[in-house]
Amino acid sequence: MVGLNHYLVLAAILFAIGLFGIFLNRKNVIIILMSIELILLSVNLNFVAFSRFMGDVTGQVFTFFVLTVAAAEAAIGLAILVAFFRNRATIDVEEIDSLKG
Amino acid sequence: MIPVADIVFYLLAAVLVIAALRVVTTRNPVHSALFLVLTFFTAAGLFVLLRAEFLAAILVMVYMGAVAVLFLFVVMMLDVDFAELRRGALSHLPVGLAVGGVILVELIIVALAQHSAGPVTEPAVAVPNTLAIGRVLYTTYLLPFEIASLVLLVAMIGAIVLTLRKRPDVRKQVISHQLARTRDQAVELKKVASGEGA
Repeated sequence: MVGLNHYLVLAAILFAIGLFGIFLNRKNVIIILMSIELILLSVNLNFVAFSRFMGDVTGQVFTFFVLTVAAAEAAIGLAILVAFFRNRATIDVEEIDSLKG
Repeated sequence: MIPVADIVFYLLAAVLVIAALRVVTTRNPVHSALFLVLTFFTAAGLFVLLRAEFLAAILVMVYMGAVAVLFLFVVMMLDVDFAELRRGALSHLPVGLAVGGVILVELIIVALAQHSAGPVTEPAVAVPNTLAIGRVLYTTYLLPFEIASLVLLVAMIGAIVLTLRKRPDVRKQVISHQLARTRDQAVELKKVASGEGA
């Protein structure tokens, strides 16, 4: 019987994959943004699983807000990426050091 | 005999993990974006399994319809040498594996150490999932809901402002300039003698 723990472990695996992706693609901002989306998805999975197994719909409402913030974050992140690419013709994270003293 | 719901869960979980791994390991960012779509779709399936049909629909619409397409659009718009960006990526592999592995073990320990939630507490009166969310969202969480809409508005304006650029080589209609013109700037009267106009 699949219970709460199964979903929590699955979300933990997804979270770890997202974190691993950030380290593996240290240069490519687009993949880093995708990894952040994976991490947020794992959080959503936790919220919905708790909502289901505790019989409280509040978890789903919070998933709703996480989705909102994730969409805003993706839009702003990609807009910054496009603006940066226009100025510097690269998306390498290690090249983004204009503010370094 | 294993219940059908359990088989579906393990199937979706396997697809979810494999798709998520492909998102971060594949070489071609277009493939990454497509595997991201698969990940979100599988997660939507898991949401349906958890009786959260409304969120599953939202996930499909917002993530697959908007966010994934946005990613694909940016990947294809930017002319980036992605093979160059992959160079030296393997040197970060041990650190990534170590940090990811430690966090994974920690989260699993925490998840398994807590008391099991017991049997699912079904609500006394069965209401549709969307109705249940709506009842809470528009009463208890009305203010956060409005703030969420504000967040989206700010994100929309921010994205437009960030990507807007002035191009000096492109002529554009500027309404304010047109309206600011007076008759004196625009019209010139010439006295031409009768019969001498060219």
